[in-house]
Amino acid sequence: MSPIAPGTQAPEFRLITEKGKDFTQDDLRGHTTVLVFYPFAFSPVCTDQLNAYNEVLDEFEAAGARLFGVSCDASWSQKAFREHLGVAIPQLSDFEPKGATCRAFDVYHDAGFPQRALVIVDPEGVVQWSHQAASPGDLPGANLIFDGLAAVQTRA
Amino acid sequence: MTDLGSAPLPQLADDDHVRGPRDAPLVIEYADFECHFCAVAHVRLAPVPVRRVFRHFPMRSKHPRAWACACAAEAAARQGRFWELHDSLYADQGRLEEPHLWQRARELDLDLDRFQADRRSDETAARVRHDFNSGIRAGVVTTPTLFINNRAHAGIPTADLINTLNPSQRTKN
Repeated sequence: MSPIAPGTQAPEFRLITEKGKDFTQDDLRGHTTVLVFYPFAFSPVCTDQLNAYNEVLDEFEAAGARLFGVSCDASWSQKAFREHLGVAIPQLSDFEPKGATCRAFDVYHDAGFPQRALVIVDPEGVVQWSHQAASPGDLPGANLIFDGLAAVQTRA
Repeated sequence: MTDLGSAPLPQLADDDHVRGPRDAPLVIEYADFECHFCAVAHVRLAPVPVRRVFRHFPMRSKHPRAWACACAAEAAARQGRFWELHDSLYADQGRLEEPHLWQRARELDLDLDRFQADRRSDETAARVRHDFNSGIRAGVVTTPTLFINNRAHAGIPTADLINTLNPSQRTKN
Protein backbone atom coordinates (compact mmCIF):
# COMPACT_ATOMS: atom_id res chain seq x y z
CA MET A 1 0.00 0.00 0.00
CA SER A 2 1.31 3.45 -0.84
CA PRO A 3 0.07 6.98 -0.27
CA ILE A 4 -1.25 9.29 -2.95
CA ALA A 5 1.13 9.33 -5.91
CA PRO A 6 3.31 12.28 -6.95
CA GLY A 7 1.88 14.18 -9.90
CA THR A 8 -1.68 13.81 -8.59
CA GLN A 9 -3.79 16.88 -7.84
CA ALA A 10 -4.48 16.95 -4.10
CA PRO A 11 -8.01 15.64 -3.52
CA GLU A 12 -10.84 17.68 -2.09
CA PHE A 13 -10.66 17.40 1.67
CA ARG A 14 -11.60 19.16 4.88
CA LEU A 15 -9.53 19.15 8.05
CA ILE A 16 -10.10 21.23 11.17
CA THR A 17 -7.46 23.57 12.62
CA GLU A 18 -6.83 23.98 16.34
CA LYS A 19 -8.99 27.10 16.18
CA GLY A 20 -11.92 25.14 14.74
CA LYS A 21 -11.57 26.54 11.22
CA ASP A 22 -11.74 24.49 8.04
CA PHE A 23 -8.47 23.69 6.24
CA THR A 24 -9.14 22.48 2.71
CA GLN A 25 -7.38 21.93 -0.59
CA ASP A 26 -7.76 25.67 -1.23
CA ASP A 27 -5.47 26.38 1.73
CA LEU A 28 -2.66 24.52 -0.01
CA ARG A 29 -2.47 27.15 -2.76
CA GLY A 30 0.54 29.45 -2.70
CA HIS A 31 2.62 27.38 -0.29
CA THR A 32 4.75 24.28 -0.29
CA THR A 33 3.06 22.16 2.34
CA VAL A 34 4.26 19.06 4.18
CA LEU A 35 1.45 16.98 5.68
CA VAL A 36 2.78 14.76 8.45
CA PHE A 37 0.20 12.02 9.01
CA TYR A 38 0.72 10.28 12.35
CA PRO A 39 -1.27 7.52 14.09
CA PHE A 40 -2.19 8.94 17.52
CA ALA A 41 -1.66 11.96 19.76
CA PHE A 42 0.32 11.04 22.88
CA SER A 43 1.68 7.76 21.51
CA PRO A 44 5.41 7.49 22.29
CA VAL A 45 6.62 7.11 18.72
CA CYS A 46 4.64 10.11 17.44
CA THR A 47 6.07 12.10 20.30
CA ASP A 48 9.64 11.57 19.14
CA GLN A 49 8.76 12.26 15.52
CA LEU A 50 7.22 15.70 16.12
CA ASN A 51 9.94 16.64 18.62
CA ALA A 52 12.64 15.85 16.07
CA TYR A 53 10.89 17.78 13.28
CA ASN A 54 10.34 20.71 15.62
CA GLU A 55 14.11 21.03 16.13
CA VAL A 56 14.56 21.81 12.43
CA LEU A 57 11.48 23.96 11.78
CA ASP A 58 13.69 26.92 10.85
CA GLU A 59 15.35 24.81 8.19
CA PHE A 60 11.99 23.70 6.80
CA GLU A 61 11.01 27.35 6.60
CA ALA A 62 14.31 28.16 4.90
CA ALA A 63 13.51 25.40 2.40
CA GLY A 64 10.24 27.23 1.70
CA ALA A 65 7.97 24.67 3.34
CA ARG A 66 5.40 24.68 6.14
CA LEU A 67 4.56 21.57 8.16
CA PHE A 68 1.26 20.37 9.61
CA GLY A 69 0.62 17.35 11.80
CA VAL A 70 -2.48 15.38 10.76
CA SER A 71 -4.26 12.71 12.81
CA CYS A 72 -7.78 11.47 13.50
CA ASP A 73 -7.68 12.82 17.04
CA ALA A 74 -10.06 15.60 18.00
CA SER A 75 -8.64 19.13 17.84
CA TRP A 76 -8.68 19.44 21.62
CA SER A 77 -6.54 16.32 21.94
CA GLN A 78 -4.16 17.53 19.24
CA LYS A 79 -3.81 20.92 20.94
CA ALA A 80 -3.13 19.26 24.30
CA PHE A 81 -0.62 16.97 22.61
CA ARG A 82 1.18 19.83 20.89
CA GLU A 83 1.33 21.84 24.10
CA HIS A 84 2.49 18.79 26.05
CA LEU A 85 5.35 18.30 23.58
CA GLY A 86 6.20 21.98 23.50
CA VAL A 87 6.27 21.94 19.70
CA ALA A 88 5.13 24.65 17.29
CA ILE A 89 3.95 22.39 14.45
CA PRO A 90 0.28 23.27 13.80
CA GLN A 91 -2.18 20.39 13.96
CA LEU A 92 -5.05 19.47 11.65
CA SER A 93 -7.81 17.10 12.75
CA ASP A 94 -9.45 14.43 10.61
CA PHE A 95 -11.94 13.56 13.34
CA GLU A 96 -15.34 13.77 11.64
CA PRO A 97 -16.13 12.11 9.33
CA LYS A 98 -13.34 10.10 10.83
CA GLY A 99 -10.41 9.53 8.52
CA ALA A 100 -12.08 10.98 5.41
CA THR A 101 -9.02 13.03 4.48
CA CYS A 102 -6.65 10.17 5.30
CA ARG A 103 -8.67 7.96 2.96
CA ALA A 104 -8.54 10.63 0.25
CA PHE A 105 -4.74 10.66 0.54
CA ASP A 106 -4.60 6.83 0.73
CA VAL A 107 -3.01 6.83 4.15
CA TYR A 108 -5.81 5.34 6.30
CA HIS A 109 -4.85 2.23 8.24
CA ASP A 110 -7.46 -0.55 8.41
CA ALA A 111 -7.27 -0.42 12.21
CA GLY A 112 -8.72 3.10 12.24
CA PHE A 113 -5.83 5.56 12.31
CA PRO A 114 -3.54 7.34 9.84
CA GLN A 115 -0.54 5.50 8.52
CA ARG A 116 2.74 7.17 9.37
CA ALA A 117 3.06 9.04 6.11
CA LEU A 118 4.47 12.24 4.65
CA VAL A 119 3.02 14.14 1.70
CA ILE A 120 4.50 17.23 0.04
CA VAL A 121 2.07 19.38 -1.95
CA ASP A 122 3.31 22.21 -4.14
CA PRO A 123 1.84 25.76 -4.30
CA GLU A 124 -0.43 24.70 -7.19
CA GLY A 125 -1.97 21.96 -5.08
CA VAL A 126 -0.21 19.08 -6.82
CA VAL A 127 1.25 16.25 -4.74
CA GLN A 128 4.97 16.24 -5.50
CA TRP A 129 6.32 13.62 -3.12
CA SER A 130 4.98 11.08 -0.67
CA HIS A 131 6.36 8.51 1.70
CA GLN A 132 4.81 5.89 3.94
CA ALA A 133 6.74 4.17 6.73
CA ALA A 134 7.02 0.40 6.42
CA SER A 135 5.05 0.13 9.65
CA PRO A 136 3.38 2.69 11.93
CA GLY A 137 6.14 2.02 14.47
CA ASP A 138 8.87 3.16 12.07
CA LEU A 139 9.84 6.80 12.31
CA PRO A 140 10.69 8.63 9.08
CA GLY A 141 13.58 10.97 9.79
CA ALA A 142 13.45 14.67 8.96
CA ASN A 143 16.15 13.92 6.38
CA LEU A 144 13.53 12.21 4.21
CA ILE A 145 11.40 15.36 4.12
CA PHE A 146 14.44 17.43 3.14
CA ASP A 147 15.19 14.86 0.41
CA GLY A 148 11.62 15.23 -0.81
CA LEU A 149 11.76 19.03 -0.79
CA ALA A 150 15.07 18.98 -2.68
CA ALA A 151 13.61 16.63 -5.30
CA VAL A 152 10.60 18.93 -5.70
CA GLN A 153 12.81 22.00 -6.13
CA THR A 154 14.97 20.19 -8.66
CA ARG A 155 11.89 19.39 -10.73
CA ALA A 156 10.49 22.93 -10.45
CA MET B 1 20.72 27.11 3.91
CA THR B 2 21.85 24.06 5.87
CA ASP B 3 21.56 20.88 3.87
CA LEU B 4 19.73 18.38 6.04
CA GLY B 5 19.00 15.82 3.35
CA SER B 6 20.09 12.21 3.78
CA ALA B 7 23.80 11.58 4.16
CA PRO B 8 25.83 8.64 5.43
CA LEU B 9 26.71 8.53 9.10
CA PRO B 10 30.00 10.42 9.56
CA GLN B 11 32.74 8.05 10.58
CA LEU B 12 35.02 8.68 13.52
CA ALA B 13 36.44 12.21 13.32
CA ASP B 14 39.27 13.93 15.16
CA ASP B 15 36.90 16.15 17.12
CA ASP B 16 34.61 13.30 18.21
CA HIS B 17 34.41 12.43 21.91
CA VAL B 18 35.76 8.90 22.11
CA ARG B 19 36.63 6.49 24.88
CA GLY B 20 37.39 2.79 25.16
CA PRO B 21 39.99 0.46 23.71
CA ARG B 22 41.04 1.19 20.13
CA ASP B 23 40.46 -2.38 19.00
CA ALA B 24 37.03 -2.73 20.66
CA PRO B 25 33.74 -2.66 18.69
CA LEU B 26 32.77 0.92 17.79
CA VAL B 27 29.48 2.29 19.14
CA ILE B 28 28.46 5.74 17.90
CA GLU B 29 25.78 7.16 20.15
CA TYR B 30 23.44 10.10 19.49
CA ALA B 31 22.09 11.19 22.85
CA ASP B 32 20.71 13.97 25.01
CA PHE B 33 21.79 14.64 28.60
CA GLU B 34 18.25 15.20 29.87
CA CYS B 35 16.90 12.01 28.26
CA HIS B 36 16.23 9.30 30.85
CA PHE B 37 16.47 6.54 28.23
CA CYS B 38 19.95 7.83 27.36
CA ALA B 39 20.93 7.55 31.02
CA VAL B 40 19.79 3.91 31.04
CA ALA B 41 21.70 3.28 27.81
CA HIS B 42 24.79 4.77 29.47
CA VAL B 43 24.42 2.46 32.49
CA ARG B 44 24.03 -0.56 30.21
CA LEU B 45 27.01 0.35 28.03
CA ALA B 46 29.35 1.48 30.81
CA PRO B 47 30.63 -2.01 31.77
CA VAL B 48 30.87 -3.25 28.17
CA PRO B 49 34.32 -3.19 26.53
CA VAL B 50 33.42 -1.05 23.51
CA ARG B 51 34.85 2.08 21.93
CA ARG B 52 32.18 4.69 22.54
CA VAL B 53 31.61 7.85 20.55
CA PHE B 54 29.20 10.44 21.96
CA ARG B 55 27.39 12.84 19.63
CA HIS B 56 24.91 15.48 20.76
CA PHE B 57 21.25 15.18 19.84
CA PRO B 58 19.47 17.57 22.21
CA MET B 59 15.67 17.59 21.83
CA ARG B 60 14.89 21.03 23.22
CA SER B 61 11.11 20.86 22.99
CA LYS B 62 11.09 17.71 25.08
CA HIS B 63 14.08 18.47 27.31
CA PRO B 64 14.47 22.17 28.03
CA ARG B 65 17.90 21.77 29.67
CA ALA B 66 19.36 19.45 27.03
CA TRP B 67 20.97 22.18 24.93
CA ALA B 68 22.56 23.92 27.93
CA CYS B 69 23.93 20.59 29.16
CA ALA B 70 25.34 19.76 25.73
CA CYS B 71 27.11 23.14 25.61
CA ALA B 72 28.41 22.64 29.16
CA ALA B 73 29.84 19.26 28.15
CA GLU B 74 31.54 20.89 25.17
CA ALA B 75 32.97 23.59 27.43
CA ALA B 76 34.30 20.87 29.74
CA ALA B 77 35.78 19.17 26.67
CA ARG B 78 37.81 22.34 26.00
CA GLN B 79 39.48 21.61 29.33
CA GLY B 80 39.88 17.92 28.61
CA ARG B 81 37.03 16.84 30.89
CA PHE B 82 34.19 15.91 28.55
CA TRP B 83 33.65 12.38 29.82
CA GLU B 84 33.83 13.43 33.47
CA LEU B 85 30.99 15.91 32.94
CA HIS B 86 29.12 13.38 30.76
CA ASP B 87 29.22 10.82 33.57
CA SER B 88 28.31 13.42 36.18
CA LEU B 89 25.22 14.59 34.22
CA TYR B 90 23.92 11.06 33.64
CA ALA B 91 24.55 10.14 37.28
CA ASP B 92 22.05 12.77 38.46
CA GLN B 93 19.56 14.08 35.90
CA GLY B 94 17.50 15.73 38.61
CA ARG B 95 20.02 18.57 38.87
CA LEU B 96 20.64 20.15 35.48
CA GLU B 97 19.86 23.81 36.20
CA GLU B 98 22.47 26.57 36.01
CA PRO B 99 23.70 26.43 39.65
CA HIS B 100 24.02 22.65 39.30
CA LEU B 101 26.20 23.04 36.20
CA TRP B 102 28.45 25.52 38.04
CA GLN B 103 28.68 23.12 40.98
CA ARG B 104 29.60 20.24 38.69
CA ALA B 105 32.25 22.41 37.01
CA ARG B 106 33.68 23.31 40.43
CA GLU B 107 33.74 19.65 41.45
CA LEU B 108 35.70 18.85 38.29
CA ASP B 109 38.09 21.66 39.17
CA LEU B 110 37.49 23.42 35.86
CA ASP B 111 38.59 26.98 35.19
CA LEU B 112 35.15 28.46 35.86
CA ASP B 113 35.57 31.71 33.93
CA ARG B 114 36.69 29.80 30.88
CA PHE B 115 33.90 27.25 31.34
CA GLN B 116 31.30 30.03 31.49
CA ALA B 117 32.65 31.77 28.40
CA ASP B 118 33.09 28.59 26.41
CA ARG B 119 29.65 27.16 27.03
CA ARG B 120 28.04 30.33 25.71
CA SER B 121 30.29 30.77 22.68
CA ASP B 122 29.10 30.58 19.09
CA GLU B 123 31.78 27.99 18.44
CA THR B 124 30.35 25.67 21.08
CA ALA B 125 26.82 26.10 19.75
CA ALA B 126 28.08 25.31 16.25
CA ARG B 127 29.83 22.18 17.55
CA VAL B 128 26.61 20.88 19.17
CA ARG B 129 24.62 21.78 16.07
CA HIS B 130 27.16 19.98 13.90
CA ASP B 131 26.52 16.74 15.79
CA PHE B 132 22.75 17.25 15.75
CA ASN B 133 22.68 17.90 12.01
CA SER B 134 24.80 14.83 11.27
CA GLY B 135 22.27 12.79 13.24
CA ILE B 136 19.32 14.29 11.34
CA ARG B 137 21.03 13.52 8.03
CA ALA B 138 21.67 9.93 9.13
CA GLY B 139 17.97 9.54 10.00
CA VAL B 140 18.11 9.88 13.80
CA VAL B 141 14.65 10.66 15.17
CA THR B 142 14.88 9.53 18.76
CA THR B 143 17.36 9.28 21.61
CA PRO B 144 19.34 7.30 22.27
CA THR B 145 20.21 5.99 18.82
CA LEU B 146 23.28 3.76 18.67
CA PHE B 147 25.07 3.01 15.43
CA ILE B 148 26.93 -0.29 15.41
CA ASN B 149 28.52 -1.36 12.13
CA ASN B 150 26.58 1.48 10.47
CA ARG B 151 23.26 0.01 11.57
CA ALA B 152 20.98 2.21 13.69
CA HIS B 153 19.50 0.87 16.93
CA ALA B 154 16.93 3.30 18.33
CA GLY B 155 16.05 3.30 22.01
CA ILE B 156 17.59 1.69 25.07
CA PRO B 157 19.99 -1.06 23.95
CA THR B 158 18.44 -4.46 24.59
CA ALA B 159 20.23 -7.22 26.45
CA ASP B 160 20.58 -9.06 23.14
CA LEU B 161 22.37 -6.08 21.61
CA ILE B 162 24.63 -5.70 24.63
CA ASN B 163 25.41 -9.43 24.44
CA THR B 164 26.49 -9.16 20.82
CA LEU B 165 28.97 -6.49 21.93
CA ASN B 166 30.12 -8.43 24.96
CA PRO B 167 29.73 -12.15 24.30
CA SER B 168 31.83 -13.18 27.30
CA GLN B 169 29.51 -11.51 29.81
CA ARG B 170 25.89 -12.44 29.17
CA THR B 171 23.23 -9.90 30.23
CA LYS B 172 19.61 -10.87 30.80
CA ASN B 173 16.69 -8.74 29.64
